[in-house]
Amino acid sequence: MILDIYSFSTLTGAIDKGLNSAMAPWLATLLEFVIVGVVFLIFYALLGLFLVYLERKVCAVIQNRIGPNRVGKWGLLQTIADLIKLLMKELIPIKNADGFLFNLAPFIVIIASFMAIAALPFAKGLQAMDFNIGIFYVMAVSSLGVIGILLAGWSSNSKYSLIGAMRSGAQIISYELSVGLSLLSIVILSGSMQLSTIVQSQADGWWIFKGHILAFISFVIFLIASTAETNRGPFDLAEAESELTAGFHTEYSGIKFAFFFLAEYMNMFIVAAIGATLFLGGWMPLHIGHWQEFNNIMDYIPSVVWFFGKTFFVIYLIMWFKWTFPRLRIDQLLNLEWKYLLPLSLINTVLIAFIALMGWYF
Amino acid sequence: MSSESLVLFFVLALVLVGGAIVFSSLVAPRSFNHEKFEPYECGIPTEGPTWIQFSVGYYLFAIIYLVFDVETVFLFPWADVMKAVGMRAFIEIVVFFFILGLGLLYAWKKGALKWV
Repeated sequence: MILDIYSFSTLTGAIDKGLNSAMAPWLATLLEFVIVGVVFLIFYALLGLFLVYLERKVCAVIQNRIGPNRVGKWGLLQTIADLIKLLMKELIPIKNADGFLFNLAPFIVIIASFMAIAALPFAKGLQAMDFNIGIFYVMAVSSLGVIGILLAGWSSNSKYSLIGAMRSGAQIISYELSVGLSLLSIVILSGSMQLSTIVQSQADGWWIFKGHILAFISFVIFLIASTAETNRGPFDLAEAESELTAGFHTEYSGIKFAFFFLAEYMNMFIVAAIGATLFLGGWMPLHIGHWQEFNNIMDYIPSVVWFFGKTFFVIYLIMWFKWTFPRLRIDQLLNLEWKYLLPLSLINTVLIAFIALMGWYF
Repeated sequence: MSSESLVLFFVLALVLVGGAIVFSSLVAPRSFNHEKFEPYECGIPTEGPTWIQFSVGYYLFAIIYLVFDVETVFLFPWADVMKAVGMRAFIEIVVFFFILGLGLLYAWKKGALKWV
Protein backbone atom coordinates (compact mmCIF):
# COMPACT_ATOMS: atom_id res chain seq x y z
CA MET A 1 0.00 0.00 0.00
CA ILE A 2 1.12 3.53 -0.69
CA LEU A 3 3.15 5.19 2.06
CA ASP A 4 1.26 7.35 4.53
CA ILE A 5 3.88 10.12 4.60
CA TYR A 6 2.80 11.09 1.09
CA SER A 7 -0.88 11.23 2.01
CA PHE A 8 -2.39 14.69 1.93
CA SER A 9 -5.10 13.76 4.43
CA THR A 10 -2.59 14.37 7.27
CA LEU A 11 -2.11 17.94 6.07
CA THR A 12 -5.79 18.69 5.40
CA GLY A 13 -6.79 16.98 8.64
CA ALA A 14 -4.30 19.09 10.61
CA ILE A 15 -5.57 22.32 9.05
CA ASP A 16 -9.16 21.31 9.76
CA LYS A 17 -8.37 20.44 13.39
CA GLY A 18 -6.33 23.58 14.00
CA LEU A 19 -9.00 25.87 12.59
CA ASN A 20 -11.80 24.17 14.48
CA SER A 21 -10.00 24.43 17.82
CA ALA A 22 -9.10 28.09 17.25
CA MET A 23 -12.52 29.46 16.31
CA ALA A 24 -16.23 28.81 16.01
CA PRO A 25 -17.20 25.93 13.67
CA TRP A 26 -19.01 28.11 11.14
CA LEU A 27 -16.04 30.47 10.94
CA ALA A 28 -13.67 27.53 10.51
CA THR A 29 -15.82 26.14 7.69
CA LEU A 30 -15.90 29.56 6.03
CA LEU A 31 -12.13 29.92 6.31
CA GLU A 32 -11.63 26.43 4.84
CA PHE A 33 -13.84 27.40 1.92
CA VAL A 34 -11.72 30.49 1.36
CA ILE A 35 -8.48 28.49 1.50
CA VAL A 36 -9.75 25.83 -0.91
CA GLY A 37 -11.10 28.54 -3.20
CA VAL A 38 -7.85 30.49 -3.37
CA VAL A 39 -5.78 27.34 -3.90
CA PHE A 40 -8.04 26.19 -6.74
CA LEU A 41 -8.09 29.61 -8.40
CA ILE A 42 -4.30 29.83 -8.39
CA PHE A 43 -3.95 26.22 -9.53
CA TYR A 44 -6.46 26.74 -12.35
CA ALA A 45 -4.84 29.91 -13.67
CA LEU A 46 -1.25 28.65 -13.41
CA LEU A 47 -2.06 25.31 -14.98
CA GLY A 48 -3.82 27.03 -17.88
CA LEU A 49 -0.82 29.25 -18.50
CA PHE A 50 1.58 26.33 -18.25
CA LEU A 51 -0.45 24.23 -20.70
CA VAL A 52 -0.37 27.01 -23.29
CA TYR A 53 3.40 27.24 -22.85
CA LEU A 54 3.71 23.46 -23.12
CA GLU A 55 1.64 23.38 -26.30
CA ARG A 56 3.88 25.96 -27.93
CA LYS A 57 7.00 24.08 -26.90
CA VAL A 58 5.68 20.69 -28.07
CA CYS A 59 4.58 22.25 -31.36
CA ALA A 60 8.04 23.80 -31.72
CA VAL A 61 9.79 20.48 -31.10
CA ILE A 62 7.61 18.70 -33.66
CA GLN A 63 8.17 21.45 -36.24
CA ASN A 64 11.92 21.55 -35.51
CA ARG A 65 11.87 25.05 -34.02
CA ILE A 66 12.93 26.46 -30.64
CA GLY A 67 9.59 27.93 -29.56
CA PRO A 68 9.17 30.72 -26.99
CA ASN A 69 12.59 31.46 -25.46
CA ARG A 70 12.90 35.20 -24.78
CA VAL A 71 10.69 36.04 -21.79
CA GLY A 72 12.13 34.48 -18.66
CA LYS A 73 14.23 31.34 -18.46
CA TRP A 74 13.40 29.06 -21.45
CA GLY A 75 10.52 31.40 -22.25
CA LEU A 76 8.64 30.23 -19.15
CA LEU A 77 7.14 33.68 -18.55
CA GLN A 78 5.94 34.05 -22.14
CA THR A 79 2.33 33.10 -21.43
CA ILE A 80 2.22 35.38 -18.37
CA ALA A 81 3.32 38.25 -20.61
CA ASP A 82 0.60 37.22 -23.07
CA LEU A 83 -1.98 37.22 -20.29
CA ILE A 84 -0.99 40.75 -19.20
CA LYS A 85 -1.20 41.90 -22.80
CA LEU A 86 -4.68 40.38 -23.20
CA LEU A 87 -5.85 42.02 -19.97
CA MET A 88 -4.81 45.42 -21.34
CA LYS A 89 -6.66 44.99 -24.64
CA GLU A 90 -9.89 46.74 -25.44
CA LEU A 91 -13.10 44.67 -25.26
CA ILE A 92 -14.86 45.44 -28.53
CA PRO A 93 -18.69 45.27 -28.51
CA ILE A 94 -19.87 44.00 -31.89
CA LYS A 95 -22.55 45.92 -33.72
CA ASN A 96 -25.95 44.18 -33.71
CA ALA A 97 -24.61 41.30 -31.62
CA ASP A 98 -26.82 39.84 -28.89
CA GLY A 99 -25.05 41.63 -26.04
CA PHE A 100 -26.34 39.59 -23.12
CA LEU A 101 -25.57 36.16 -24.63
CA PHE A 102 -22.28 37.48 -26.04
CA ASN A 103 -21.10 38.35 -22.53
CA LEU A 104 -22.63 35.26 -20.92
CA ALA A 105 -20.74 32.75 -23.09
CA PRO A 106 -17.25 33.05 -21.49
CA PHE A 107 -18.83 32.63 -18.06
CA ILE A 108 -20.45 29.34 -19.08
CA VAL A 109 -17.34 27.76 -20.58
CA ILE A 110 -15.22 28.69 -17.54
CA ILE A 111 -17.85 27.57 -15.01
CA ALA A 112 -18.15 24.20 -16.75
CA SER A 113 -14.44 23.44 -16.65
CA PHE A 114 -13.87 24.93 -13.19
CA MET A 115 -16.62 22.86 -11.60
CA ALA A 116 -15.39 19.70 -13.28
CA ILE A 117 -11.85 20.16 -11.99
CA ALA A 118 -13.13 20.29 -8.41
CA ALA A 119 -13.97 16.58 -8.39
CA LEU A 120 -10.65 15.23 -9.65
CA PRO A 121 -8.51 13.12 -7.29
CA PHE A 122 -5.06 14.76 -7.52
CA ALA A 123 -3.30 12.63 -4.95
CA LYS A 124 -4.00 10.37 -2.00
CA GLY A 125 -6.29 12.41 0.24
CA LEU A 126 -6.24 15.42 -2.06
CA GLN A 127 -9.70 15.69 -3.57
CA ALA A 128 -12.02 18.63 -2.98
CA MET A 129 -15.28 16.77 -3.54
CA ASP A 130 -15.52 12.98 -3.56
CA PHE A 131 -18.99 12.28 -4.94
CA ASN A 132 -20.38 8.77 -5.10
CA ILE A 133 -21.31 9.62 -8.71
CA GLY A 134 -17.95 11.27 -9.39
CA ILE A 135 -17.33 10.22 -12.98
CA PHE A 136 -20.94 10.92 -13.94
CA TYR A 137 -20.69 14.37 -12.38
CA VAL A 138 -17.51 15.23 -14.27
CA MET A 139 -19.08 14.12 -17.56
CA ALA A 140 -22.27 16.06 -16.91
CA VAL A 141 -20.62 19.30 -15.85
CA SER A 142 -17.86 19.37 -18.44
CA SER A 143 -20.36 18.82 -21.26
CA LEU A 144 -22.15 22.04 -20.26
CA GLY A 145 -19.32 23.88 -22.00
CA VAL A 146 -20.86 23.23 -25.41
CA ILE A 147 -23.73 25.56 -24.47
CA GLY A 148 -21.22 28.37 -24.04
CA ILE A 149 -19.68 27.62 -27.42
CA LEU A 150 -23.05 27.57 -29.17
CA LEU A 151 -24.08 30.84 -27.48
CA ALA A 152 -20.79 32.48 -28.42
CA GLY A 153 -21.17 31.55 -32.07
CA TRP A 154 -24.84 32.44 -32.30
CA SER A 155 -24.67 35.78 -30.54
CA SER A 156 -21.62 37.19 -32.35
CA ASN A 157 -23.56 38.17 -35.48
CA SER A 158 -20.73 36.81 -37.62
CA LYS A 159 -21.04 34.07 -40.20
CA TYR A 160 -17.73 32.48 -39.33
CA SER A 161 -18.75 32.29 -35.69
CA LEU A 162 -22.09 30.73 -36.52
CA ILE A 163 -20.61 28.05 -38.79
CA GLY A 164 -17.91 27.30 -36.23
CA ALA A 165 -20.43 26.98 -33.41
CA MET A 166 -22.74 24.69 -35.40
CA ARG A 167 -19.87 22.41 -36.35
CA SER A 168 -18.62 22.42 -32.81
CA GLY A 169 -22.05 21.55 -31.44
CA ALA A 170 -22.55 18.63 -33.83
CA GLN A 171 -19.05 17.36 -33.11
CA ILE A 172 -19.11 17.62 -29.33
CA ILE A 173 -22.50 16.02 -28.85
CA SER A 174 -21.65 13.18 -31.26
CA TYR A 175 -18.37 12.25 -29.63
CA GLU A 176 -19.81 12.49 -26.16
CA LEU A 177 -21.55 9.16 -26.75
CA SER A 178 -18.29 7.33 -27.32
CA VAL A 179 -16.66 9.04 -24.35
CA GLY A 180 -19.59 7.99 -22.18
CA LEU A 181 -19.55 4.38 -23.34
CA SER A 182 -15.78 4.00 -22.94
CA LEU A 183 -15.93 5.43 -19.41
CA LEU A 184 -18.86 3.11 -18.74
CA SER A 185 -16.66 0.08 -19.35
CA ILE A 186 -14.44 1.03 -16.41
CA VAL A 187 -17.48 1.69 -14.23
CA ILE A 188 -18.61 -1.86 -15.05
CA LEU A 189 -15.21 -3.34 -14.17
CA SER A 190 -14.73 -1.43 -10.92
CA GLY A 191 -18.41 -1.51 -9.95
CA SER A 192 -18.43 2.08 -8.76
CA MET A 193 -18.76 5.62 -10.06
CA GLN A 194 -16.84 7.15 -7.16
CA LEU A 195 -13.45 8.31 -8.37
CA SER A 196 -11.63 7.42 -5.15
CA THR A 197 -13.05 3.87 -5.24
CA ILE A 198 -12.06 3.50 -8.88
CA VAL A 199 -8.49 4.51 -8.00
CA GLN A 200 -8.47 2.10 -5.04
CA SER A 201 -9.64 -0.75 -7.27
CA GLN A 202 -6.43 -0.36 -9.29
CA ALA A 203 -4.12 -1.02 -6.35
CA ASP A 204 -3.04 -4.38 -7.84
CA GLY A 205 -2.75 -3.15 -11.42
CA TRP A 206 -4.21 -0.51 -13.68
CA TRP A 207 -7.43 -1.24 -15.56
CA ILE A 208 -5.73 -0.84 -18.92
CA PHE A 209 -3.63 -3.92 -18.02
CA LYS A 210 -6.18 -5.79 -15.92
CA GLY A 211 -9.00 -5.49 -18.45
CA HIS A 212 -7.15 -7.30 -21.24
CA ILE A 213 -7.36 -6.00 -24.81
CA LEU A 214 -10.92 -4.77 -24.30
CA ALA A 215 -9.92 -2.11 -21.78
CA PHE A 216 -7.19 -1.04 -24.14
CA ILE A 217 -9.73 -0.65 -26.96
CA SER A 218 -11.83 1.41 -24.56
CA PHE A 219 -8.83 3.59 -23.82
CA VAL A 220 -8.13 4.18 -27.52
CA ILE A 221 -11.79 5.05 -28.17
CA PHE A 222 -11.71 7.39 -25.17
CA LEU A 223 -8.56 9.09 -26.45
CA ILE A 224 -9.97 9.66 -29.96
CA ALA A 225 -13.40 10.77 -28.76
CA SER A 226 -12.11 13.08 -26.06
CA THR A 227 -9.69 14.71 -28.48
CA ALA A 228 -12.72 15.47 -30.63
CA GLU A 229 -14.79 16.55 -27.66
CA THR A 230 -12.27 19.17 -26.61
CA ASN A 231 -12.23 20.61 -30.15
CA ARG A 232 -8.58 19.84 -30.70
CA GLY A 233 -6.80 18.90 -33.88
CA PRO A 234 -7.23 16.86 -36.05
CA PHE A 235 -10.87 17.49 -35.09
CA ASP A 236 -10.59 21.28 -34.71
CA LEU A 237 -13.18 22.04 -37.39
CA ALA A 238 -14.87 24.51 -35.10
CA GLU A 239 -11.95 26.89 -35.36
CA ALA A 240 -10.35 25.81 -38.61
CA GLU A 241 -8.03 28.78 -39.12
CA SER A 242 -7.72 28.40 -42.86
CA GLU A 243 -11.47 28.56 -43.53
CA LEU A 244 -13.22 30.10 -40.50
CA THR A 245 -10.67 32.61 -39.16
CA ALA A 246 -11.10 31.52 -35.54
CA GLY A 247 -14.50 29.81 -35.52
CA PHE A 248 -16.87 30.54 -32.68
CA HIS A 249 -14.61 33.09 -30.97
CA THR A 250 -13.78 35.17 -34.05
CA GLU A 251 -15.47 38.26 -32.63
CA TYR A 252 -14.14 38.00 -29.09
CA SER A 253 -11.32 40.27 -28.07
CA GLY A 254 -9.01 40.78 -25.14
CA ILE A 255 -9.66 38.86 -21.95
CA LYS A 256 -12.93 37.34 -23.16
CA PHE A 257 -11.02 35.59 -25.92
CA ALA A 258 -8.44 34.51 -23.34
CA PHE A 259 -11.17 32.76 -21.36
CA PHE A 260 -12.20 30.64 -24.34
CA PHE A 261 -8.57 29.77 -24.85
CA LEU A 262 -8.12 28.94 -21.17
CA ALA A 263 -11.26 26.80 -21.09
CA GLU A 264 -10.07 24.82 -24.10
CA TYR A 265 -6.78 23.96 -22.41
CA MET A 266 -8.41 23.18 -19.10
CA ASN A 267 -10.86 20.87 -20.84
CA MET A 268 -7.88 19.08 -22.32
CA PHE A 269 -6.44 18.74 -18.82
CA ILE A 270 -9.74 17.41 -17.48
CA VAL A 271 -10.10 14.70 -20.13
CA ALA A 272 -6.44 13.73 -19.69
CA ALA A 273 -6.90 13.54 -15.92
CA ILE A 274 -10.05 11.45 -16.28
CA GLY A 275 -8.31 9.13 -18.73
CA ALA A 276 -5.36 8.80 -16.37
CA THR A 277 -7.61 8.17 -13.37
CA LEU A 278 -9.84 5.57 -14.96
CA PHE A 279 -7.49 3.70 -17.23
CA LEU A 280 -3.99 4.39 -15.92
CA GLY A 281 -4.62 4.17 -12.21
CA GLY A 282 -4.84 7.82 -11.17
CA TRP A 283 -2.44 8.52 -8.32
CA MET A 284 -1.89 4.78 -7.79
CA PRO A 285 1.75 3.72 -8.35
CA LEU A 286 2.57 1.06 -10.90
CA HIS A 287 1.89 -2.21 -9.11
CA ILE A 288 2.39 -5.60 -10.71
CA GLY A 289 0.51 -8.50 -9.10
CA HIS A 290 2.70 -10.26 -6.54
CA TRP A 291 6.03 -8.58 -7.21
CA GLN A 292 6.20 -7.30 -3.64
CA GLU A 293 9.70 -5.77 -3.86
CA PHE A 294 8.92 -3.96 -7.10
CA ASN A 295 5.68 -2.59 -5.67
CA ASN A 296 7.46 -1.36 -2.54
CA ILE A 297 10.01 0.56 -4.60
CA MET A 298 7.23 2.13 -6.66
CA ASP A 299 5.48 3.24 -3.46
CA TYR A 300 8.37 5.58 -2.70
CA ILE A 301 7.35 7.87 -5.56
CA PRO A 302 4.74 10.34 -4.21
CA SER A 303 1.20 9.86 -5.47
CA VAL A 304 0.95 13.43 -6.76
CA VAL A 305 3.92 12.75 -9.06
CA TRP A 306 2.18 9.66 -10.41
CA PHE A 307 -1.02 11.56 -11.09
CA PHE A 308 0.58 14.49 -12.90
CA GLY A 309 3.02 12.22 -14.71
CA LYS A 310 0.20 10.15 -16.21
CA THR A 311 -1.95 13.20 -16.93
CA PHE A 312 0.84 14.98 -18.77
CA PHE A 313 1.62 11.80 -20.68
CA VAL A 314 -1.97 11.78 -21.99
CA ILE A 315 -1.79 15.54 -22.65
CA TYR A 316 1.39 14.98 -24.64
CA LEU A 317 -0.39 12.31 -26.73
CA ILE A 318 -3.26 14.73 -27.47
CA MET A 319 -0.83 17.49 -28.45
CA TRP A 320 1.11 15.08 -30.62
CA PHE A 321 -2.14 14.27 -32.52
CA LYS A 322 -2.81 17.94 -33.08
CA TRP A 323 0.55 18.73 -34.67
CA THR A 324 0.93 15.63 -36.83
CA PHE A 325 -2.51 14.79 -38.28
CA PRO A 326 -4.26 16.82 -41.01
CA ARG A 327 -7.73 18.20 -40.25
CA LEU A 328 -10.81 16.10 -41.11
CA ARG A 329 -13.86 17.21 -43.06
CA ILE A 330 -17.20 17.49 -41.23
CA ASP A 331 -18.75 14.47 -42.99
CA GLN A 332 -15.66 12.35 -42.35
CA LEU A 333 -15.77 13.41 -38.74
CA LEU A 334 -19.41 12.41 -38.25
CA ASN A 335 -18.89 9.17 -40.18
CA LEU A 336 -16.00 8.22 -37.93
CA GLU A 337 -18.15 8.62 -34.86
CA TRP A 338 -21.51 7.23 -35.96
CA LYS A 339 -20.39 4.44 -38.27
CA TYR A 340 -17.19 3.26 -36.59
CA LEU A 341 -16.64 4.41 -33.01
CA LEU A 342 -20.22 4.15 -31.75
CA PRO A 343 -20.95 0.57 -32.96
CA LEU A 344 -17.48 -0.47 -31.83
CA SER A 345 -17.94 0.96 -28.36
CA LEU A 346 -21.44 -0.56 -28.05
CA ILE A 347 -20.03 -4.02 -28.80
CA ASN A 348 -17.01 -3.37 -26.60
CA THR A 349 -19.24 -2.42 -23.66
CA VAL A 350 -21.23 -5.66 -23.94
CA LEU A 351 -18.00 -7.69 -24.08
CA ILE A 352 -16.58 -5.87 -21.06
CA ALA A 353 -19.82 -6.56 -19.18
CA PHE A 354 -19.40 -10.22 -20.09
CA ILE A 355 -15.82 -10.52 -18.83
CA ALA A 356 -16.78 -8.59 -15.69
CA LEU A 357 -19.60 -11.05 -15.14
CA MET A 358 -17.40 -14.11 -15.62
CA GLY A 359 -14.56 -12.59 -13.63
CA TRP A 360 -12.13 -12.97 -16.55
CA TYR A 361 -9.97 -10.07 -15.52
CA PHE A 362 -7.03 -9.99 -13.17
CA MET B 1 -15.76 18.59 1.53
CA SER B 2 -19.48 18.16 1.20
CA SER B 3 -21.43 18.62 -1.99
CA GLU B 4 -22.65 22.03 -0.80
CA SER B 5 -19.22 23.31 -1.78
CA LEU B 6 -20.37 23.04 -5.40
CA VAL B 7 -21.85 26.49 -4.80
CA LEU B 8 -18.37 27.65 -3.78
CA PHE B 9 -16.85 26.53 -7.06
CA PHE B 10 -19.69 28.07 -9.04
CA VAL B 11 -19.19 31.42 -7.30
CA LEU B 12 -15.41 31.20 -7.71
CA ALA B 13 -15.71 30.73 -11.47
CA LEU B 14 -18.11 33.69 -11.64
CA VAL B 15 -15.65 35.82 -9.67
CA LEU B 16 -12.72 34.73 -11.84
CA VAL B 17 -14.39 35.68 -15.13
CA GLY B 18 -16.30 38.70 -13.81
CA GLY B 19 -13.31 40.11 -11.98
CA ALA B 20 -11.03 39.82 -14.98
CA ILE B 21 -13.58 41.41 -17.31
CA VAL B 22 -14.24 44.31 -14.91
CA PHE B 23 -10.49 44.84 -14.40
CA SER B 24 -9.86 44.71 -18.13
CA SER B 25 -12.62 47.19 -18.93
CA LEU B 26 -11.14 49.59 -16.33
CA VAL B 27 -7.54 49.53 -17.56
CA ALA B 28 -7.99 48.94 -21.27
CA PRO B 29 -7.84 51.91 -23.65
CA ARG B 30 -10.91 52.87 -25.67
CA SER B 31 -11.24 54.42 -29.06
CA PHE B 32 -14.13 55.02 -31.39
CA ASN B 33 -14.05 54.26 -35.06
CA HIS B 34 -17.02 53.80 -37.32
CA GLU B 35 -15.87 50.57 -38.94
CA LYS B 36 -14.39 49.01 -35.83
CA PHE B 37 -17.55 47.46 -34.41
CA GLU B 38 -18.60 45.71 -37.61
CA PRO B 39 -18.49 41.89 -37.46
CA TYR B 40 -15.55 40.44 -39.36
CA GLU B 41 -16.07 39.23 -42.91
CA CYS B 42 -12.80 39.22 -44.86
CA GLY B 43 -12.46 42.98 -44.38
CA ILE B 44 -15.47 43.96 -46.50
CA PRO B 45 -18.86 45.15 -45.17
CA THR B 46 -21.04 42.19 -44.17
CA GLU B 47 -23.51 40.92 -46.74
CA GLY B 48 -27.05 39.99 -45.70
CA PRO B 49 -28.32 38.78 -42.33
CA THR B 50 -26.30 36.32 -40.23
CA TRP B 51 -29.12 34.52 -38.48
CA ILE B 52 -30.45 32.52 -41.39
CA GLN B 53 -31.83 29.02 -41.85
CA PHE B 54 -29.05 26.52 -41.29
CA SER B 55 -28.24 23.16 -42.89
CA VAL B 56 -30.69 20.54 -41.63
CA GLY B 57 -27.92 17.94 -41.19
CA TYR B 58 -26.81 19.39 -37.87
CA TYR B 59 -30.31 19.14 -36.39
CA LEU B 60 -30.72 15.55 -37.57
CA PHE B 61 -27.58 14.51 -35.74
CA ALA B 62 -28.74 16.40 -32.67
CA ILE B 63 -31.99 14.40 -32.62
CA ILE B 64 -30.23 11.03 -32.98
CA TYR B 65 -27.81 12.13 -30.29
CA LEU B 66 -30.68 12.83 -27.91
CA VAL B 67 -31.89 9.22 -28.14
CA PHE B 68 -28.46 7.79 -27.47
CA ASP B 69 -27.60 10.23 -24.73
CA VAL B 70 -30.69 9.45 -22.70
CA GLU B 71 -29.75 5.80 -23.11
CA THR B 72 -26.26 6.51 -21.70
CA VAL B 73 -27.86 8.10 -18.65
CA PHE B 74 -29.78 4.88 -18.07
CA LEU B 75 -26.66 2.78 -18.51
CA PHE B 76 -24.68 4.38 -15.68
CA PRO B 77 -26.82 3.08 -12.78
CA TRP B 78 -26.82 -0.30 -14.48
CA ALA B 79 -23.02 -0.33 -14.73
CA ASP B 80 -22.79 0.54 -11.06
CA VAL B 81 -24.66 -2.60 -9.91
CA MET B 82 -23.78 -4.86 -12.86
CA LYS B 83 -21.34 -7.09 -10.97
CA ALA B 84 -23.59 -7.29 -7.90
CA VAL B 85 -26.75 -8.32 -9.77
CA GLY B 86 -24.98 -10.74 -12.11
CA MET B 87 -26.41 -12.75 -14.98
CA ARG B 88 -29.87 -11.17 -15.02
CA ALA B 89 -28.44 -7.64 -15.42
CA PHE B 90 -26.23 -8.87 -18.25
CA ILE B 91 -29.05 -10.52 -20.21
CA GLU B 92 -31.28 -7.50 -19.81
CA ILE B 93 -28.59 -5.18 -21.08
CA VAL B 94 -27.91 -7.43 -24.08
CA VAL B 95 -31.59 -7.10 -25.01
CA PHE B 96 -31.38 -3.35 -24.43
CA PHE B 97 -28.29 -3.01 -26.61
CA PHE B 98 -29.87 -5.17 -29.31
CA ILE B 99 -32.86 -2.83 -29.55
CA LEU B 100 -30.55 0.16 -29.48
CA GLY B 101 -28.38 -1.33 -32.22
CA LEU B 102 -31.50 -1.90 -34.33
CA GLY B 103 -32.33 1.77 -33.83
CA LEU B 104 -28.90 2.83 -35.03
CA LEU B 105 -29.14 0.46 -37.98
CA TYR B 106 -32.56 1.88 -38.89
CA ALA B 107 -31.23 5.46 -38.80
CA TRP B 108 -28.29 4.32 -40.91
CA LYS B 109 -30.45 2.60 -43.53
CA LYS B 110 -32.82 5.58 -43.68
CA GLY B 111 -29.83 7.74 -44.57
CA ALA B 112 -29.98 9.86 -41.42
CA LEU B 113 -26.24 9.42 -40.91
CA LYS B 114 -25.40 10.62 -44.41
CA TRP B 115 -24.10 14.16 -44.56
CA VAL B 116 -26.19 16.34 -46.86
